[in-house]
Amino acid sequence: MSRPTQGRIRPLSPNVQIYRPQLTSVLSIANRITGIVLSIFGVGLVTWLVAAAAGPEVYSAFHDIMASWPGQIVLFGGSFAFFLHLTGGIRHLVWDSGRGFQLGTIYRSGWLVIVASVALTVAAWIASRFMLGVH
Amino acid sequence: MARRYTGTGKPAPDNRSPFARATGLGSAKTGVEHWWAQRASAIALVPLTLWFIAMLMVHVGSDYATATAWLRTLPAATLMILLLAMLFYHAALGLQVVIEDYVHSSMKFAAIVLIRLVCLVLALAGIVAVFRIALIR
Repeated sequence: MSRPTQGRIRPLSPNVQIYRPQLTSVLSIANRITGIVLSIFGVGLVTWLVAAAAGPEVYSAFHDIMASWPGQIVLFGGSFAFFLHLTGGIRHLVWDSGRGFQLGTIYRSGWLVIVASVALTVAAWIASRFMLGVH
Repeated sequence: MARRYTGTGKPAPDNRSPFARATGLGSAKTGVEHWWAQRASAIALVPLTLWFIAMLMVHVGSDYATATAWLRTLPAATLMILLLAMLFYHAALGLQVVIEDYVHSSMKFAAIVLIRLVCLVLALAGIVAVFRIALIR
Protein backbone atom coordinates (compact mmCIF):
# COMPACT_ATOMS: atom_id res chain seq x y z
CA MET A 1 0.00 0.00 0.00
CA SER A 2 1.29 3.40 -0.98
CA ARG A 3 0.17 6.89 -0.03
CA PRO A 4 -3.27 7.67 1.43
CA THR A 5 -6.12 8.20 -1.01
CA GLN A 6 -6.59 11.93 -0.50
CA GLY A 7 -3.00 13.09 -1.07
CA ARG A 8 -2.51 11.30 -4.36
CA ILE A 9 -2.81 13.17 -7.65
CA ARG A 10 -5.28 11.11 -9.63
CA PRO A 11 -5.86 11.19 -13.40
CA LEU A 12 -8.83 13.34 -14.34
CA SER A 13 -11.79 11.92 -16.22
CA PRO A 14 -12.61 12.72 -18.96
CA ASN A 15 -9.06 13.34 -20.22
CA VAL A 16 -9.84 16.45 -22.24
CA GLN A 17 -6.74 16.18 -24.46
CA ILE A 18 -7.68 12.79 -25.94
CA TYR A 19 -11.44 12.90 -25.44
CA ARG A 20 -13.42 12.56 -28.67
CA PRO A 21 -16.28 15.09 -28.53
CA GLN A 22 -19.81 13.90 -29.30
CA LEU A 23 -22.95 15.96 -29.93
CA THR A 24 -24.13 15.21 -26.39
CA SER A 25 -20.97 16.39 -24.61
CA VAL A 26 -20.53 19.44 -26.89
CA LEU A 27 -24.12 20.58 -26.20
CA SER A 28 -23.67 19.90 -22.49
CA ILE A 29 -20.65 22.20 -22.19
CA ALA A 30 -22.23 24.67 -24.67
CA ASN A 31 -25.21 25.10 -22.33
CA ARG A 32 -22.81 25.94 -19.52
CA ILE A 33 -20.64 28.30 -21.61
CA THR A 34 -23.70 30.14 -22.99
CA GLY A 35 -24.97 30.46 -19.42
CA ILE A 36 -21.74 32.22 -18.42
CA VAL A 37 -21.83 34.36 -21.60
CA LEU A 38 -25.46 35.38 -20.92
CA SER A 39 -24.54 36.37 -17.35
CA ILE A 40 -22.07 38.83 -18.92
CA PHE A 41 -24.83 40.07 -21.25
CA GLY A 42 -26.90 40.61 -18.11
CA VAL A 43 -24.26 43.18 -17.11
CA GLY A 44 -24.87 44.76 -20.54
CA LEU A 45 -28.63 44.88 -19.87
CA VAL A 46 -28.05 46.69 -16.56
CA THR A 47 -25.59 49.07 -18.27
CA TRP A 48 -28.26 49.88 -20.87
CA LEU A 49 -30.87 50.59 -18.15
CA VAL A 50 -28.44 52.67 -16.07
CA ALA A 51 -27.48 54.61 -19.23
CA ALA A 52 -31.17 55.28 -19.95
CA ALA A 53 -31.64 56.42 -16.34
CA ALA A 54 -28.56 58.66 -16.55
CA GLY A 55 -29.93 60.76 -19.42
CA PRO A 56 -29.86 61.32 -23.20
CA GLU A 57 -26.08 61.90 -23.52
CA VAL A 58 -25.02 58.70 -21.75
CA TYR A 59 -27.78 56.76 -23.52
CA SER A 60 -26.73 57.88 -27.00
CA ALA A 61 -23.08 57.04 -26.19
CA PHE A 62 -24.10 53.50 -25.20
CA HIS A 63 -26.44 53.29 -28.19
CA ASP A 64 -23.67 54.30 -30.63
CA ILE A 65 -21.38 51.54 -29.30
CA MET A 66 -24.13 48.93 -29.72
CA ALA A 67 -25.07 50.22 -33.20
CA SER A 68 -21.44 50.02 -34.43
CA TRP A 69 -20.21 46.97 -36.36
CA PRO A 70 -18.30 45.44 -33.41
CA GLY A 71 -21.35 46.10 -31.19
CA GLN A 72 -23.68 44.42 -33.68
CA ILE A 73 -21.38 41.37 -33.95
CA VAL A 74 -21.30 41.08 -30.14
CA LEU A 75 -25.12 41.38 -30.04
CA PHE A 76 -25.47 38.76 -32.80
CA GLY A 77 -23.26 36.36 -30.81
CA GLY A 78 -25.25 37.14 -27.69
CA SER A 79 -28.55 36.42 -29.42
CA PHE A 80 -27.24 33.04 -30.64
CA ALA A 81 -25.98 32.24 -27.11
CA PHE A 82 -29.46 33.15 -25.82
CA PHE A 83 -31.37 30.92 -28.26
CA LEU A 84 -28.92 28.03 -27.71
CA HIS A 85 -29.32 28.34 -23.92
CA LEU A 86 -33.12 28.69 -24.27
CA THR A 87 -33.61 25.63 -26.50
CA GLY A 88 -30.95 23.64 -24.61
CA GLY A 89 -32.67 24.61 -21.34
CA ILE A 90 -36.06 23.44 -22.64
CA ARG A 91 -34.35 20.13 -23.61
CA HIS A 92 -33.11 19.88 -20.02
CA LEU A 93 -36.63 20.56 -18.66
CA VAL A 94 -37.98 17.72 -20.82
CA TRP A 95 -35.28 15.43 -19.37
CA ASP A 96 -36.24 16.59 -15.86
CA SER A 97 -39.76 15.31 -16.54
CA GLY A 98 -38.20 11.89 -17.12
CA ARG A 99 -38.70 11.84 -20.89
CA GLY A 100 -36.44 11.69 -23.95
CA PHE A 101 -33.60 9.55 -22.64
CA GLN A 102 -33.46 6.99 -25.48
CA LEU A 103 -30.15 7.32 -27.34
CA GLY A 104 -31.83 8.10 -30.67
CA THR A 105 -34.12 10.67 -29.03
CA ILE A 106 -31.17 12.36 -27.30
CA TYR A 107 -29.39 12.83 -30.64
CA ARG A 108 -32.57 13.98 -32.40
CA SER A 109 -33.32 16.57 -29.67
CA GLY A 110 -29.66 17.64 -29.78
CA TRP A 111 -29.76 18.36 -33.52
CA LEU A 112 -33.17 20.04 -33.04
CA VAL A 113 -31.56 22.40 -30.47
CA ILE A 114 -28.83 23.36 -32.97
CA VAL A 115 -31.21 23.83 -35.93
CA ALA A 116 -33.79 25.71 -33.83
CA SER A 117 -31.24 28.06 -32.22
CA VAL A 118 -29.65 28.93 -35.60
CA ALA A 119 -33.10 29.43 -37.19
CA LEU A 120 -34.39 31.57 -34.29
CA THR A 121 -31.23 33.74 -34.33
CA VAL A 122 -31.48 34.35 -38.09
CA ALA A 123 -35.26 34.94 -37.87
CA ALA A 124 -34.85 37.41 -34.98
CA TRP A 125 -32.25 39.43 -36.90
CA ILE A 126 -34.23 39.45 -40.15
CA ALA A 127 -37.33 40.52 -38.17
CA SER A 128 -35.41 43.24 -36.32
CA ARG A 129 -34.12 44.67 -39.66
CA PHE A 130 -37.74 44.66 -40.90
CA MET A 131 -38.91 46.44 -37.73
CA LEU A 132 -36.14 49.00 -38.18
CA GLY A 133 -37.58 49.86 -41.61
CA VAL A 134 -41.10 50.13 -40.19
CA HIS A 135 -40.20 52.26 -37.19
CA MET B 1 -16.32 14.42 11.71
CA ALA B 2 -17.06 11.32 13.75
CA ARG B 3 -14.21 10.08 15.96
CA ARG B 4 -14.48 6.82 17.91
CA TYR B 5 -13.52 6.78 21.60
CA THR B 6 -10.82 4.21 22.27
CA GLY B 7 -10.51 4.40 26.05
CA THR B 8 -6.96 5.80 25.88
CA GLY B 9 -8.06 9.41 26.10
CA LYS B 10 -7.14 10.05 22.47
CA PRO B 11 -9.59 9.66 19.60
CA ALA B 12 -8.63 7.00 17.07
CA PRO B 13 -7.55 8.35 13.69
CA ASP B 14 -10.39 8.20 11.21
CA ASN B 15 -8.99 5.87 8.57
CA ARG B 16 -12.23 5.42 6.69
CA SER B 17 -12.47 6.48 3.07
CA PRO B 18 -14.38 9.70 2.24
CA PHE B 19 -17.13 7.49 0.80
CA ALA B 20 -17.45 5.50 4.03
CA ARG B 21 -17.55 8.72 6.05
CA ALA B 22 -20.36 10.13 3.88
CA THR B 23 -22.42 6.92 3.71
CA GLY B 24 -25.58 7.06 5.79
CA LEU B 25 -25.39 10.79 6.49
CA GLY B 26 -28.06 11.57 3.90
CA SER B 27 -28.03 14.59 1.61
CA ALA B 28 -26.63 17.98 2.53
CA LYS B 29 -30.33 19.00 2.69
CA THR B 30 -30.06 22.12 0.49
CA GLY B 31 -29.45 20.56 -2.94
CA VAL B 32 -33.11 19.90 -3.72
CA GLU B 33 -34.09 23.51 -3.06
CA HIS B 34 -31.33 24.75 -5.39
CA TRP B 35 -32.42 22.29 -8.08
CA TRP B 36 -36.07 23.41 -7.92
CA ALA B 37 -35.18 27.13 -7.82
CA GLN B 38 -33.00 26.69 -10.92
CA ARG B 39 -35.91 25.05 -12.83
CA ALA B 40 -38.58 27.46 -11.57
CA SER B 41 -36.51 30.52 -12.53
CA ALA B 42 -35.73 28.89 -15.90
CA ILE B 43 -39.46 28.44 -16.66
CA ALA B 44 -40.17 32.04 -15.58
CA LEU B 45 -37.39 33.28 -17.85
CA VAL B 46 -38.84 31.65 -21.00
CA PRO B 47 -41.71 34.18 -21.43
CA LEU B 48 -39.74 37.06 -19.84
CA THR B 49 -36.70 36.75 -22.12
CA LEU B 50 -38.83 36.17 -25.24
CA TRP B 51 -40.83 39.32 -24.37
CA PHE B 52 -37.57 41.22 -23.93
CA ILE B 53 -36.12 39.98 -27.26
CA ALA B 54 -39.39 40.94 -29.01
CA MET B 55 -39.32 44.41 -27.43
CA LEU B 56 -35.64 44.78 -28.33
CA MET B 57 -36.58 44.01 -31.95
CA VAL B 58 -39.43 46.53 -31.96
CA HIS B 59 -37.33 49.25 -30.30
CA VAL B 60 -34.14 48.44 -32.17
CA GLY B 61 -32.28 51.58 -33.10
CA SER B 62 -34.70 53.69 -31.08
CA ASP B 63 -33.49 56.92 -29.51
CA TYR B 64 -33.54 57.98 -25.86
CA ALA B 65 -37.05 59.44 -25.98
CA THR B 66 -38.62 56.32 -27.56
CA ALA B 67 -36.77 53.88 -25.29
CA THR B 68 -37.58 55.73 -22.05
CA ALA B 69 -41.20 56.35 -23.13
CA TRP B 70 -41.53 52.57 -23.54
CA LEU B 71 -39.79 51.81 -20.20
CA ARG B 72 -42.12 54.28 -18.46
CA THR B 73 -45.22 52.23 -19.31
CA LEU B 74 -46.49 50.03 -16.47
CA PRO B 75 -46.24 46.65 -18.30
CA ALA B 76 -42.69 47.38 -19.52
CA ALA B 77 -41.43 48.56 -16.10
CA THR B 78 -43.09 45.64 -14.28
CA LEU B 79 -41.87 42.96 -16.68
CA MET B 80 -38.36 44.50 -16.78
CA ILE B 81 -38.12 44.33 -12.96
CA LEU B 82 -39.35 40.71 -13.03
CA LEU B 83 -36.82 39.93 -15.78
CA LEU B 84 -33.95 41.45 -13.77
CA ALA B 85 -34.94 39.57 -10.61
CA MET B 86 -35.33 36.19 -12.36
CA LEU B 87 -32.29 36.66 -14.62
CA PHE B 88 -29.81 37.36 -11.84
CA TYR B 89 -31.38 34.76 -9.52
CA HIS B 90 -31.00 32.14 -12.28
CA ALA B 91 -27.46 33.38 -13.07
CA ALA B 92 -26.37 33.19 -9.40
CA LEU B 93 -27.69 29.62 -9.09
CA GLY B 94 -26.07 28.53 -12.37
CA LEU B 95 -22.70 30.18 -11.76
CA GLN B 96 -22.65 28.61 -8.28
CA VAL B 97 -22.82 25.15 -9.89
CA VAL B 98 -19.99 26.07 -12.28
CA ILE B 99 -17.82 27.16 -9.33
CA GLU B 100 -18.71 24.05 -7.31
CA ASP B 101 -17.69 21.85 -10.26
CA TYR B 102 -14.33 23.48 -11.07
CA VAL B 103 -13.08 25.26 -7.93
CA HIS B 104 -11.92 22.84 -5.23
CA SER B 105 -9.68 25.14 -3.18
CA SER B 106 -10.59 27.30 -0.20
CA MET B 107 -11.55 29.95 -2.78
CA LYS B 108 -14.78 28.05 -3.53
CA PHE B 109 -16.81 29.54 -0.67
CA ALA B 110 -15.48 33.07 -1.30
CA ALA B 111 -16.21 32.76 -5.04
CA ILE B 112 -19.83 31.70 -4.42
CA VAL B 113 -20.37 34.57 -1.95
CA LEU B 114 -18.82 37.00 -4.46
CA ILE B 115 -21.03 35.72 -7.31
CA ARG B 116 -24.15 36.11 -5.16
CA LEU B 117 -23.18 39.63 -4.12
CA VAL B 118 -22.40 40.70 -7.70
CA CYS B 119 -25.71 39.26 -8.96
CA LEU B 120 -27.61 41.00 -6.14
CA VAL B 121 -25.93 44.34 -6.86
CA LEU B 122 -26.59 44.04 -10.62
CA ALA B 123 -30.27 43.16 -10.09
CA LEU B 124 -30.72 46.07 -7.68
CA ALA B 125 -28.88 48.51 -9.97
CA GLY B 126 -31.15 47.52 -12.86
CA ILE B 127 -34.33 47.76 -10.76
CA VAL B 128 -33.32 51.19 -9.36
CA ALA B 129 -32.61 52.37 -12.94
CA VAL B 130 -36.10 51.22 -14.04
CA PHE B 131 -37.70 53.09 -11.11
CA ARG B 132 -35.68 56.19 -11.93
CA ILE B 133 -36.79 56.10 -15.57
CA ALA B 134 -40.42 55.36 -14.66
CA LEU B 135 -40.82 57.87 -11.83
CA ILE B 136 -38.56 60.82 -12.64
CA ARG B 137 -39.57 63.24 -15.41
